[in-house]
Amino acid sequence: MTDDAHPDAASDAASDAAPTELHGCPLRELYGQSVLFVPRDQYTKVVRLLLADGFEMCADLTAVDYLTFPNRTLPDGVAAERFEVVVNLLSLRDRKRIRVRVQVPADDPSIPTLFDMYPGAEAMEREVYDMFGISFTDHPDLTRILMPEDWDGFPLRKDYEVGKIPVQFKEAHA
Amino acid sequence: MTSILETIEAGNEPAQGLKRREDLTARELLREVGSVLRMSEAEAAKLGDLPVDPSEDQTMIINMGPQHPSTHGVLRLMLELQGETVLRCKPIIGYLHTGMEKTGEQLTYMQGGTNVTRMDYVSPLNNELVFSLATEKLLGIEDDIPERAVWMRMLLSELNRMSSHLLFLATNGMDLGAVSMMIYGWREREEVLRFFQKVTGLRMNHNFIRPGGVAADLPAGWRDDVLRLLELIGPRLDEYDTLMTGQPIWRERLQGVGVITAQEAIALAATGPTLRGSGVPWDLRRDQPYLRYPELDFDVIVGSYGDAFDRYAIRLNEVRESMKLVAQILDKMPSGDFRIQNKKVTPPPRARIDESMEALIHHFKIFTEGFKVPEGEVYVAIESPRGEIGCYIASDGSATPYRMHVRAPSFVNIQCLPHMMRGGLVADAVAVISSVDPVLGEVDR
Repeated sequence: MTDDAHPDAASDAASDAAPTELHGCPLRELYGQSVLFVPRDQYTKVVRLLLADGFEMCADLTAVDYLTFPNRTLPDGVAAERFEVVVNLLSLRDRKRIRVRVQVPADDPSIPTLFDMYPGAEAMEREVYDMFGISFTDHPDLTRILMPEDWDGFPLRKDYEVGKIPVQFKEAHA
Repeated sequence: MTSILETIEAGNEPAQGLKRREDLTARELLREVGSVLRMSEAEAAKLGDLPVDPSEDQTMIINMGPQHPSTHGVLRLMLELQGETVLRCKPIIGYLHTGMEKTGEQLTYMQGGTNVTRMDYVSPLNNELVFSLATEKLLGIEDDIPERAVWMRMLLSELNRMSSHLLFLATNGMDLGAVSMMIYGWREREEVLRFFQKVTGLRMNHNFIRPGGVAADLPAGWRDDVLRLLELIGPRLDEYDTLMTGQPIWRERLQGVGVITAQEAIALAATGPTLRGSGVPWDLRRDQPYLRYPELDFDVIVGSYGDAFDRYAIRLNEVRESMKLVAQILDKMPSGDFRIQNKKVTPPPRARIDESMEALIHHFKIFTEGFKVPEGEVYVAIESPRGEIGCYIASDGSATPYRMHVRAPSFVNIQCLPHMMRGGLVADAVAVISSVDPVLGEVDR
């Protein structure tokens, strides 16, 4: 969707997208940032190659639930799924960042862990599991990290409404 | 293998706490000790055997926190102790979780600043800055921000780094029994906050740096206030040096405590003073510059041993570097607009509303429905006092972020605690927590 107020920004982002490839996956330059679209079955393999390329730090790992926004712009050949796991890798040596976006389907919300390559991804993966219910296979300690361990549901999913939770103060009377 | 989701549906969700030592599998032990160094399971299992007394009842698992004066808020640590020695440690967080990322999806970009500023409440201006930079990048206006706004942002961000590090010096002193340092640190920080109050109206949670610029111009007499601040704090830092840096008790308590190597710090994605303490010269202000940092002259302070003393010394000297930066910013502060003159982003000045119908409409639209941001997603990172704070915004073209994620440096840095504490003393655990300087509002969000 284009916005009348900022047509340049939207078209910039589109024209920047000179199609290239890295490790067999589509690579796009969006807003001056490198974004790599990796299929889930090649996720571990590609990230391992990126680690070998010098991306030695997993700066951030998060996810997005695209339940109410399925028609987002993706490169050709990348099928939109409900969840997207977003990994920001950082190369201290080359002072570069690259963002890996992985489509994760709603009926099987799972993805391999990056723990073996980036131990620092441990807490971030737990957070994504806690908030989105995406399970990271072979994660050493996949438990809720921010919510209480007996919590129902995954708060950052789009079908988890704001304010639907019964108030936690059990003894309080109105 | 049953998936974790099925396990939860069956009501057998795994517990968050620390397991008993005899229930540990080799893989879990690996997580605690070996994986950071990318060891094999066998090597890690060998390392896992700290000298444990053969009678297992000699070790005990205790909770430190969440209500504990030296855990900097509601951080809970489960410690396995043998006598005074920490065998294992697991940080348990979430006691301050208020769903700020979810809240961020309900607020417009205009209102978002009030939300993010409350995450790391010790350096609120840096949170606002990273959120504003991400929004501006999505809007495509990041190069159109007026010069004065950019320099004001740098001024406030550096002053905020000073106030945050002064608070660190205070709490670090308090945790180690240097109580007078606590009073001094709070006193100096208050001076900085007084300046913030004059500029923004509030001591904390300013919501002053906004998409498009800053909320208001600097007040009259700001230059004298900043100069007074620089004159005041410089000699006070020398006092701290006398009081702590060279003092044998202080050095004994910090040197060699909570050591983390550069390799471990990078693997654990530690940033900020925790990473620089291990000798990695990585500062986003220099290495991935934003605003006008390339035009300024400053040093990146780096430690060599990766211990608590290095992290203390780095922060103390970063206050000095920030003072250097502030002095340069004073000289270079340009005049001009303090926010972008783009009617879609910036509300019109109050006086215009009475005269112009168009201004009234823009004012009404911006404050009721907010401005729309084109579809896209960006990740912007800046150097906060605690490390890399990043803001990931995915926009669907509406006036609220579709997803707003903040990469909180404290959240990532506390993963280092188990590695820093292993094999140390309980009394040093306090020094270690303090040296990482976590802000729990940001950890739990």
